[in-house]
Amino acid sequence: MELFELTAHELSYLLSSKKTSAVEITESVLGRISEVEDKIGSYITICRDEALKRAVEVQKRIENGEAKSPLAGIPMALKDNICTEAIKTTCASKMLSEFIPPYNSFVAQKLNNSDTILLGKLNMDEFSMGGSTESSFFHKTKNPWDFERVPGGSSGGAAASVAAHETIFALGSDTGGSIRQPASFCGVVGMKPTYGTVSRYGLVAFASSLDQIGPLAKDVTDCALIMNAIMGHDDMDSTSLRAFYDDCTKGLINDVKGLRIGIPKEYLSDGINDEVRRAILDAIDVFKSLGAECEEFSLPLNEYAIPAYYIISSAEASSNLARYDGIKYGYRAPKYTDLLDMYNKTRSEGFGTEVKRRIMLGTYALSSGYYEEYYMKALKVRTLIINDFQKAFEKYDIILGPTAPTTAFMFGEKENNPLDMYLGDVYTVAVNVAGLPALTVPCGFDSKNLPIGMQLIGKALDEKLLLRAGYTFEQNTVFHKRKAKG
Amino acid sequence: MIEMKYEIVIGLEVHAELSTKSKIYCSCTTEFGGEPNTHCCPICTGMPGTLPVLNKNVVEYAIKAGLATNCQISGFSKQDRKNYFYPDLPKAYQISQYDLPVCKNGYIDIEFDDQHKRIGLTRIHIEEDAGKLFHDEMDAGSLIDYNRCGVPLIEIVSEPDMRSSMEAKIFLEKLKAILEYIDVSDCKMQEGSLRADVNVSVRPFGQRKFGTRTEMKNLNSFKAIIRAIEGESRRQIELIESGTKIIQETRRWDDNKGVSYSMRSKEEAHDYRYFPEPDLVPIVIDEGWIEEVRNLLPELPHERKKRYTIEFLLPEYDASVLTSSKHLADYFEQVTAICCNPKLASNWIMGELMRILKAKELEFSEIPISAEYLAKLLILIDKGKVNGTTAKKIFGIILETGKDPELIVSEQGLEAVCDEGAIVMIVNRVIEANNKSVLDYMNGKDKALGFIVGQCMKESKGKADAKVINRILKEQLEKLTDNS
Repeated sequence: MELFELTAHELSYLLSSKKTSAVEITESVLGRISEVEDKIGSYITICRDEALKRAVEVQKRIENGEAKSPLAGIPMALKDNICTEAIKTTCASKMLSEFIPPYNSFVAQKLNNSDTILLGKLNMDEFSMGGSTESSFFHKTKNPWDFERVPGGSSGGAAASVAAHETIFALGSDTGGSIRQPASFCGVVGMKPTYGTVSRYGLVAFASSLDQIGPLAKDVTDCALIMNAIMGHDDMDSTSLRAFYDDCTKGLINDVKGLRIGIPKEYLSDGINDEVRRAILDAIDVFKSLGAECEEFSLPLNEYAIPAYYIISSAEASSNLARYDGIKYGYRAPKYTDLLDMYNKTRSEGFGTEVKRRIMLGTYALSSGYYEEYYMKALKVRTLIINDFQKAFEKYDIILGPTAPTTAFMFGEKENNPLDMYLGDVYTVAVNVAGLPALTVPCGFDSKNLPIGMQLIGKALDEKLLLRAGYTFEQNTVFHKRKAKG
Repeated sequence: MIEMKYEIVIGLEVHAELSTKSKIYCSCTTEFGGEPNTHCCPICTGMPGTLPVLNKNVVEYAIKAGLATNCQISGFSKQDRKNYFYPDLPKAYQISQYDLPVCKNGYIDIEFDDQHKRIGLTRIHIEEDAGKLFHDEMDAGSLIDYNRCGVPLIEIVSEPDMRSSMEAKIFLEKLKAILEYIDVSDCKMQEGSLRADVNVSVRPFGQRKFGTRTEMKNLNSFKAIIRAIEGESRRQIELIESGTKIIQETRRWDDNKGVSYSMRSKEEAHDYRYFPEPDLVPIVIDEGWIEEVRNLLPELPHERKKRYTIEFLLPEYDASVLTSSKHLADYFEQVTAICCNPKLASNWIMGELMRILKAKELEFSEIPISAEYLAKLLILIDKGKVNGTTAKKIFGIILETGKDPELIVSEQGLEAVCDEGAIVMIVNRVIEANNKSVLDYMNGKDKALGFIVGQCMKESKGKADAKVINRILKEQLEKLTDNS
């Protein structure tokens, strides 16, 4: 086995037992990047020299006993909407293609404090809007399991880089499924934490009330270690929760006896691919055989989650993205006649099609005369969806279903059919709308050897229980061990 | 007079910059001035990924303003985004409050021509200020200074309760005084920390329905506000008289030319697409907090005015003038504390001092003579050491030189001549030198006495008390008569 193939906790063990060094690990992963990045295209920016320099420093800290985090010496990468001081943060947009933040995001700082080693910044759908990473201004990222297929999105670069071993772990962001769906498509573990548990400071906003940063990892144990490193209250984010943040590794228990698992029947009916449904039914059998109580129930409002989500997220995006006006930073059209013309040309040229579509949708939904009909109504639906989940959690500890209705699709398959692309979020958006935590773990492969993901949804702040269910599943199956060809 | 047929209806939206140390959503200083773009950070310049965190003091100041203007304080309030594109607004939205302001339903009582009137306040909400644009005429380009971005503001919205520019002026003066008293804003209009949008409409007297209103934005002097109200109401009356309909619109008042220009009509008005700010949580204000702030409230203008009539036995008018500004009232109290003669202090402040302030166009915060020196001068008067005329002369010298009044008196030998023997000598010298006038007086020409007194004053170099001279002169003249 090469070092780059290992998980963070395996590498951490090798480091603490002095069987390897941060420098060796970093060189190994950088070597892997050199080998496969041309084919995969996970990264927008690779910080080769900085990473090696940092590895030397971190190794010293490890040897001096100063680096205490279990993630110390582990190379990682960040989705390119997570601000990194002095390193380009582009959101995969022409608009910010040269933007270098003078500040670190909360999570970048936290991971820095944990002595991790930043390898670079990962490709994504422009401003996180999309489910295939095809809307990146820079290049497409290929699914390491099949280069003809998308890695999912919007955190497609994050999922592909973990699956192709171009990093040990990554952080992505999830507004409507943007961590879970690509994790599912690339056969890795992904978690969308409870809204407010990971600070959004320094995450370039798409939809403020839905965005949440989370890990993409090779297994559930790594996921728990990363969660420990990035969770916590932050004074710089007003929506950050003042809660008791328990040690997530306490959830790494191989036991689901008596766990009450609810399966929304809406998640297994219309629109779901047969092979995905089969894999989920098999996963349910695994849980049953391990002593969990599994039962189907109805989540009737799920069908309204997509329209509510697209109105709320687009409305917030239309306002959040208004600041890219060519005045202060970012792209400015080279030729214009006056201020209005400068605004028009800058934003027409600087944003891609999907981003412009959402800005227009959101602007419309907030316009006077339509606000009540769309935005207000969507907020009401949001409350109903929250209530729907609350009711379900009176009966169940965890809600289980597929992460996405299909496995990874072909490039171009949905690019010109936005509605079809939006419907791919059918199982993921309700979780963001309700602010709940959810975990996706590999649970099988289709006949084309494409990974299938299972989604576990929990009560707010119940990450530990999700990790426990995911961990138990992982310990009793082998899906996470299969390697992508990339 | 056509104008006499119409009633003017005025409502004001007053923006006051709060004097908190740091900005509303970041820790940058709110200090005025400073090199361009030195009082800003990634948060107040709206850099990608940054988030606002509400400065609690801003809410406290708003509660203070609300309590001082008899508002209800909302237990639950939220912030909203007001979306529009302009280069001075770095996020392309202003965080403001839409439907749930911190304060609502208040009032301010104003007084004029022996009348009392209550002006309603619809609401007070908090919001952030924008940056400043500079148009470089040489280069045809524009420059932006973001120092002011994120400086906290309160917007105070009045009901359309004012009926003349005078009422509007008195309302603004009272509001300014209150904000200064409670120390939430320095209210410096020339620095833009207090500015007003003026809504004006006219209607024939007796008509209940309001006329169509127009709005003039960002007026930053009392004079401009008064002129804008007068100019705009005149324009509206002329339109109505000529049979033209008034359009609801925003107009720009050009104070130099004394005319307003149309900016945009109601149809062209911005659609600000207000929606709840998702980066901030609701503002919850409990009774305990409100009480805490209530206990912090200092004495308000009307309370202070009442106290002056009781504690210092000042006439209502004096009390009202002195308390119209916190700076002036504080100054008065400092002077009185030293000189112990409130009425004398009041007379001098309202007389000489106000005359100087007006002549030099100074604000009450810029009184050019220290309370200590004015008090010392008043003590000299009180003890009869200088007479009124000399006192005014000394006042002028203090202003010019900044010297201690006592020093001025001793240096220039201005102390009043009180020694009667000395005055008798002066009087006798004058009598001898002015035989003709003395004879005139003795022959019944009373006017001649005035001349002789004047000569005596001159001889004393103005330092003698005129009353004493009068008495002694009469005594000496009587002696002459008796002898003859």
